[in-house]
Amino acid sequence: MNATEVLDAAGIGRALQRMAHQILEKNQGPDGLIIVGIPTRGVPLGVRLANTIGRIEPAWKPVSGQLDVTMYRDDLARRPTRALGQTVLPVGGIDGRVVLLVDDVLYSGRTIRAALDALAGLGRPRAVRLAVLVDRGHRELPIRADYVGKNLPTAAAERVRVRLSEVDGLDSVVIEGGRA
Amino acid sequence: MKHLLSAADLSHGEAVGVLDAAEEMAQATRERRIKKLPVLQGLTVVNLFFEDSTRTRISFETAAKRLSADVINFSPKGSSVSKGESLKDTVLTLGAIQTDAIVVRHPASGAPHRIAHSGWTGASVINAGDGTHQHPTQALLDAMTIRRHLMGPDPVGRDLSGLDIMIVGDVLHSRVARSGVALFTTLGAQVHLVAPATLLPVGVEQWNCTVSYNVDEALADYPPDALMMLRVQHERMSSAGGGFFPSPQEYTREYGLDSPRLERLAPHGIVLHPGPMNRGLEITSQAADGPRSTIVEQVANGVAIRMAVLYLTMSGLKE
Repeated sequence: MNATEVLDAAGIGRALQRMAHQILEKNQGPDGLIIVGIPTRGVPLGVRLANTIGRIEPAWKPVSGQLDVTMYRDDLARRPTRALGQTVLPVGGIDGRVVLLVDDVLYSGRTIRAALDALAGLGRPRAVRLAVLVDRGHRELPIRADYVGKNLPTAAAERVRVRLSEVDGLDSVVIEGGRA
Repeated sequence: MKHLLSAADLSHGEAVGVLDAAEEMAQATRERRIKKLPVLQGLTVVNLFFEDSTRTRISFETAAKRLSADVINFSPKGSSVSKGESLKDTVLTLGAIQTDAIVVRHPASGAPHRIAHSGWTGASVINAGDGTHQHPTQALLDAMTIRRHLMGPDPVGRDLSGLDIMIVGDVLHSRVARSGVALFTTLGAQVHLVAPATLLPVGVEQWNCTVSYNVDEALADYPPDALMMLRVQHERMSSAGGGFFPSPQEYTREYGLDSPRLERLAPHGIVLHPGPMNRGLEITSQAADGPRSTIVEQVANGVAIRMAVLYLTMSGLKE
């Protein structure tokens, strides 16, 4: 199979650095920000983003969590039973805060729809924003990301693989498959 | 996993998977504004209870409702069963109204298995206690309770290996004991049964556990980490005691959990009882209400376990 690397470790680092600055600019500082990763790879990305923001704004103590959306998916009856992931939210909850959802790849938008429903069951944030490392297009719902690491035009037959050192042992984003 | 009929059907991996899913369910309904998850939206669960029950039925009903399923409660009193309708016709009726899961409690051992495998219904079947055979969700909630107390602060992913679990009392009539022995040993624990010889079933020596007749000796020989007291099942005996033991007083003296026996437990030892309790018979109020008792917590964990079981049997692609 042919695979093309589109981001390496340094590229991912630079993308996160830029996204951190954009988030701070748009949010007018880090106040009220809660960074919530979506398992599996959104979680380490969320932690990295929180730490990056923490380095830019040393007075801010990074607040991050994770949100399992399995029970809110719309394809539960179409796939084999999925194992549940963990949901961990910062103490104090999400009411009145700005929740920044973080995921690795934005594709159909269905995961994010599930995440929005999951958040609604947990509280009422002041605003919900979305940061993704890769936006590969092919949306099936009216959802868009606020912060994007890399826009990656793809064919539906191609596969975007994000690997992160916390989960996979190395950092890279690769496009696989499609026509040579 | 389409059905849950017996705790003995669960592999080690499946059993740990159910316990982990239950931990997530407990967490997911604890800290939220809306204690409801949309997982089983549009699906129908029927509670088919041919035997009386408080906590199991309420627990299954709560679990199904927390997962947004529609719940229909069925009891033979006030239904066509009192006119002589057979189990088969009752199940076919449920099939006609498109039931997705049937939670069965039945006085006949094997009734859930019959419902699941006779081609009467395509629904998932969950055994909520059949005769003196099995009660798998009870064993799972007991395992969850034990794991939470004895396997460290973050029990997710762990089994019960290294623990000694003692089950005392009416093993003969107890589906809880049978399910417990199967599940706890699958999860790596050592199980010790203690009962009068009259309340042990034929063939118990083949089970994967030790069997003894004297509580005080057993407490010395196999110091338990968890001590489960079984209910004396009057309704399955002919009269009080029914010839199984000379008198309730003697049963209490020989097998009841009183304060002196409670004090012999290790400092971390916990006490379980599947309920309903006969206070003063198999367990004293001091033991039932004391700090080592997990009896109320068992009921709370029961909801989480049943949510996990409903999720794992009902969601996902049907083959």
